[in-house]
Amino acid sequence: MDLHFGDSEPTDEERAAVDALLGPPASAWEGADDRTDTDLRWARGGREARERRDLLLPGLHAVNDRIGWISEGALDYLCRRLTVPPAEAYGVATFYAMFAVKPRPAKVLHVCTDVACAAHGSTALRAALEDRLGAAGSAGGGVLWQPSPCLGLCERAPAALVVQAGVPSGATAATVNAGSARDGAEPAPPLAGARPAWPAGADPAGPVHGGARPVSRGRSDGTVTGPEPRETPARRYATAVVAPATAEALVLAAAEPGAAPAEPAAAMAVPQAGQPGLTLLARIGAVDPYSLDDYRAHGGYTALRRAFELGPAGVIREVTDAGLVGRGGAAFPTGRKWQATASQPARPHYLVCNADESEPGTFKDRVVMEGDPYSLVEAMTIAGYAVGARRGFLYLRGEYPRALRLLQHAIDQARARGLLGDDVLGQGYAFDIEIRRGAGAYICGEETALFNSIEGYRGEPRSKPPFPVEKGLFGRPTAENNVETLINVLPILTGGAQAYAAIGTGQSTGPKLFCVSGTVERPGIYELPFGATLGELLELAGPSPTMRAILLGGAAGGFVRPDELDIPLTFEGTRAAGTTLGSGVVLVLDDTVELPRILLRIAEFFRDESCGQCVPCRVGTVRQEEALHRIVDRTGAAAADDIALLREVGQAMKDASICGLGQTAWSAVESAIDRLGAYK
Amino acid sequence: MTAIPLQLPRRLVEFTLDGQETRVPEGSTILDACRAAGKDIPTLCEGDTLTPKNACRVCVVEVEGARVLAPACSRKAEAGMTVSTDSPRARHSRKIVLELLASSTDLSTTPRAAEWIKEYKARPDRFGPDAARLDEEPKVDNDLYVRDYDKCIQCYKCVDACGEQWQNSFAISVAGRGFDARISTEHDTPLTDSACVYCGNCIEVCPTGALSFKSEFDMREAGTWNESAQTETTTICAYCGVGCNLTLHVQENEIVKVTSPHDNPVTHGNLCIKGRFGYQHVQQR
Repeated sequence: MDLHFGDSEPTDEERAAVDALLGPPASAWEGADDRTDTDLRWARGGREARERRDLLLPGLHAVNDRIGWISEGALDYLCRRLTVPPAEAYGVATFYAMFAVKPRPAKVLHVCTDVACAAHGSTALRAALEDRLGAAGSAGGGVLWQPSPCLGLCERAPAALVVQAGVPSGATAATVNAGSARDGAEPAPPLAGARPAWPAGADPAGPVHGGARPVSRGRSDGTVTGPEPRETPARRYATAVVAPATAEALVLAAAEPGAAPAEPAAAMAVPQAGQPGLTLLARIGAVDPYSLDDYRAHGGYTALRRAFELGPAGVIREVTDAGLVGRGGAAFPTGRKWQATASQPARPHYLVCNADESEPGTFKDRVVMEGDPYSLVEAMTIAGYAVGARRGFLYLRGEYPRALRLLQHAIDQARARGLLGDDVLGQGYAFDIEIRRGAGAYICGEETALFNSIEGYRGEPRSKPPFPVEKGLFGRPTAENNVETLINVLPILTGGAQAYAAIGTGQSTGPKLFCVSGTVERPGIYELPFGATLGELLELAGPSPTMRAILLGGAAGGFVRPDELDIPLTFEGTRAAGTTLGSGVVLVLDDTVELPRILLRIAEFFRDESCGQCVPCRVGTVRQEEALHRIVDRTGAAAADDIALLREVGQAMKDASICGLGQTAWSAVESAIDRLGAYK
Repeated sequence: MTAIPLQLPRRLVEFTLDGQETRVPEGSTILDACRAAGKDIPTLCEGDTLTPKNACRVCVVEVEGARVLAPACSRKAEAGMTVSTDSPRARHSRKIVLELLASSTDLSTTPRAAEWIKEYKARPDRFGPDAARLDEEPKVDNDLYVRDYDKCIQCYKCVDACGEQWQNSFAISVAGRGFDARISTEHDTPLTDSACVYCGNCIEVCPTGALSFKSEFDMREAGTWNESAQTETTTICAYCGVGCNLTLHVQENEIVKVTSPHDNPVTHGNLCIKGRFGYQHVQQR
């Protein structure tokens, strides 16, 4: 590969951002300023250099976090460091909504406009922001605000996220006061090895420098240094979640993201918190999410000990006997997936946790990761042990700054205490977890798109077969599981498969998390055994007396009517009712919302999030949105032609798209037409 | 003496294709089987010299028992599968794909597009006059070839030919996402500032004429391009000792474009800048 670079040079700050991740360049071939005689005699390159391609996404994050956008010079420098062709890196950078390749202000305000937020006044919020900050996308007053797809904060709708680019707080070394869990002044996680630590409580919004922690890749952590301290206080990287958001609060938070009010504790999203009988949510609110000791005092790491007693095959047998199926939406039997991965002769095996929770209306994984982060670390360790993986990747969506901080802290603590690393629990099993941060792409929740994203390619789905258990991450056998699926493994091992299988129905076993939002009195995450009806769930949440529709499964799911509350919330029950459980979204809309506008928003979502790889989805989602636009104010015969057109295009999207995004892009609209009688 | 490349004997896979028992060598795709059986399946992003990307979805067929349709170009034939290439579902998807493409892209130079649109009774105009189109202008930034983005269906063939499958130049990639995705150099710089080596192997694989020789582009603009008046002569490139086959396309005694036979064991359809574009001296009179 003969790389060609333009004349653009990185600024010192861009260079520092990349070097903070990758260490200083080893030679002029990697972009060092001075060319030495040795450089002329010996060129570093080839396979070894290209194998670092997976650091492209963390590298783009490093530049984007520091500067706010990715310039030609910065991209070229990153490409030199990683031996990536600039055209490909440009293709990757432009794939993600959170990156910019054109200059923009350091502060970007993402305002959620998806279904749950639309039901809670995001339209009015946008109008108020337009008055104060100018039109969306315009960069007035040093702040760029833009509409955003679902931020996963549906229980506190309408939601917004402020990201201020700047120097990561880790730039100055300080000791870390681990163990205290003051929200809003969270101690920053220490990084592995000799990397600089972040000052405790110095940055209320907390530093986020995800994916920056190399693990056992042959890079010396000791060579990594932070940027030089500056004489003038540099702008710090900071994030602020504002939910529920008002225009005033947003303008204030955008002015000084570091000083924004703290987010409420994760337990506030769990109305059942503290109630007896909870399995998955039992620890949320009861444990300090920063404290490993607290986690262990509440039963943590008993499942991993049990796993070591059972051995990998025993763990898989328990999970299979328990009847656990994937909770991400596809409901694939987890035991079968693990068995298929474990039995592959090719090595190494990988474990990937899909925490790219982006389905509009879904926020269960965020609440689990923020309220009980160690449970995911433990569950990933067990899963890795079962499938024979030594490395686990946690792909976390880029819009979850608090989950990132907490998980990074939890992983570091677990490693420091011998619960991750070369010899987990003294059992001779080596396992470690790397967090990889998404950057704003719904499609990366598709399992193979997620692999491409981690590997440093555009997050486009691969064609299956081959399936991930055979050729997954880096072309190796990979087990990929959703966060909720993984944490279900803990009660299976501690309580036994029989006890677990006794919960729920015959075909859908165990407890299930539901994300209830929209017009209900107590939105949040609910845990119910499989088999509870929709009505029973809504009774807990306090449904609106004027319900118009309930969206099950998110934008890729379907609507049901308020008179269908007896639908059992199981995979087979929803299927029999002609709808889907999906990721467990239950989004209630009352009669004040204009259904055609909600449908239009869903169509816009799919148009924006289509990766563009296959024609039915790339063009079909555009045609779907156009047709819904035409009939937004029409009914009856005036809409009939366009509805017929929608059906035809929808059928082709469902039949001929490569992945689930295109295949389900029409399902919510279809259900609104057929079940709710929209446009009648 | 002609050398006949010998392959390891392959097992045969037996499956049902449109009601007929069919046997194909193991590893064959459904499309291979269809072609062997004389069935005409439309394809766009499939290329005989490239690994299928299965992005265009115009070749979809119905596999019994599968939830969704399968791309014939990349789905391998499996023993016992039942495939129907002409089911109403498959025909419907092909029709819609053709409508979606033709309503957003200029397919005027795509071989056979008009024929397929007729065959599948596709009506691209039914999305209305306001249906979004690519609306791109041709990019003419060098003397050798033109990128007419209005004709681009994003089949990834040029990207694959430029990148790891053939040329290893990696001058272009897909940038952006969804309907706004475009084949692009880094930061959309002109080709002359990019890693392009002007091998023209992207033109060779382009299925729609979005990439074309500047000579062809200019003649089409002037209305003088006339394929029926062209002769094709295959010869051997004289620039170096590799021995690439060149096919010279000649109209009115002028070379108007150069290709290479895809089944040529030396080139597999690929050339370098000298073979592809270095013919001007022939016409210096």
